[in-house]
Amino acid sequence: MKQVNRERALTILSPLAVLVLWQAASQVGLIDQRYVPAPSAIAEAGWSISVSGELGRHVIASLRRLAVGFVLGAVPGVLLGIVMGLNRWVRAALDPLVAALYPIPKIAILPLLMLVFGLGDASKAAAVAMSVLFLTIINTAAGVVQLDRIYFDVARNFGTPWHKLFLRVILPGILPTVFSGLRISLGVALVVLVGAEFVAGNSGIGYLIWSSWQTLVVENMFVGIIVVTVLGVLSTFLLREIERRLVPWRQE
Amino acid sequence: MNVPNIRLPKIRIDRLGKSFGADGVPTHAVRDFSLEVDDGEFVCIVGPSGCGKTTVLRIVAGLETPSSGRVEIAAGPAPAAGNSRPRNAMVFQEHGLFPWMTVADNVAYSLEMRGMGRRERHARAQPFLEMIGLDRFRDYYPRKLSGGMRQRVSLARAFVADPEILLMDEPFAALDAQNKLILQDELLRIWEGTRKTVLFITHAIDEAIALGDRIVVMTAQPGRIKEIVPIDFPRPRSAAELRADPRFGALQLSIWRMLEDEVRTARRQAEA
Repeated sequence: MKQVNRERALTILSPLAVLVLWQAASQVGLIDQRYVPAPSAIAEAGWSISVSGELGRHVIASLRRLAVGFVLGAVPGVLLGIVMGLNRWVRAALDPLVAALYPIPKIAILPLLMLVFGLGDASKAAAVAMSVLFLTIINTAAGVVQLDRIYFDVARNFGTPWHKLFLRVILPGILPTVFSGLRISLGVALVVLVGAEFVAGNSGIGYLIWSSWQTLVVENMFVGIIVVTVLGVLSTFLLREIERRLVPWRQE
Repeated sequence: MNVPNIRLPKIRIDRLGKSFGADGVPTHAVRDFSLEVDDGEFVCIVGPSGCGKTTVLRIVAGLETPSSGRVEIAAGPAPAAGNSRPRNAMVFQEHGLFPWMTVADNVAYSLEMRGMGRRERHARAQPFLEMIGLDRFRDYYPRKLSGGMRQRVSLARAFVADPEILLMDEPFAALDAQNKLILQDELLRIWEGTRKTVLFITHAIDEAIALGDRIVVMTAQPGRIKEIVPIDFPRPRSAAELRADPRFGALQLSIWRMLEDEVRTARRQAEA
């Protein structure tokens, strides 16, 4: 018991210690404040762009693109993955396409997407959707293929109609694998989103980081980095909560 | 109404054959398998691994189609209105439970598939949950149960379906010896209450003797019937007590003698 408490204390104390050291090193001049500002300066900058509403505007813009892109990638990804997993002909037809398109870094096709969808939200959401789509297809199809055949026998033996087969057997059977795919997708989606926001537009956390670099407002750059990290942690947490609700049998 | 007094078999398996494989070299899993099972009879099929006994069962269940021959299952008495009975229900091995459904939902699965409402099907499953002693675990997921408990749920799931015949594919194979004995007794007890026609696949001779009215001994691949042994121990039986009967050991030995050559042949086939 005591050991657990001590461990818990350490996990809180060690990041705090780093912050204190960082602050001290900045003030003594060990760290060049032009490149790496002191924590206190970053906090001050964060406060001021929060109060002005600028930060909120960027966060909302990024979240909207992330959410729209994630849903637009995940929903068709799950559906396509199921069809691929169930039907060997569809699988034979789509496997090479997925295998060829999946490894393309989605940021590499951003110019193409901007050509098609314009410079606004649509092209950024599309880049996110693309990166989510293929990972979801692959994980979902694998989930269906790995589903134990005995479940199909049981379903058939007890006279399961097809819509029940889908809702009560296939869908719950693949949910754990689908969620592992979604969790990986989320990380990739954030990378692609920030990258896309570097390049074009005038809103979003990526834009905040990039424009702060261009204008040498280094404190705001750090605020952006911290905020995007927090967004990543929070959205992963949210996804895990949804998984806990939808896949209750998976817990130990 | 003048019903002729002829005893019709409940299951009629007529010269059943099943071959697999392509490239012009078919493998015969089952060949010329004919068997009649009476209504209310408990028939066990034993045979060396790979002899096609599971294939026979799967064909009877309608999960596979025969290459030749046919299976007939006589229709039972007309069911009460709006209460359709399935022809067969299978007791699968323990990993056949749906991990994403609670014990109660697994047991009531067949009723859900027949479109019965949640409250009604749970009420109907309740006596079966009590019968297998897992009422307390109704809201548990299978993962939290032991192998023996899971197999009980699997039994209950098949009995709830109230099928005309019960098919069991080595349901206790994965259990330890003690749990096996307990489950055999439980199966006997539940079965006594319904006297359904049962086709039970096993590779354990003692299990077949303890449970069955007749034992069908199969040959190595291609699986045919080598011999049919009647077991006339009185019922109700106790799987544990039966083993103390001197005739039990004698039967076990004589069936082993029938099976021994086939097991050796099967081993040679597997090593080839």
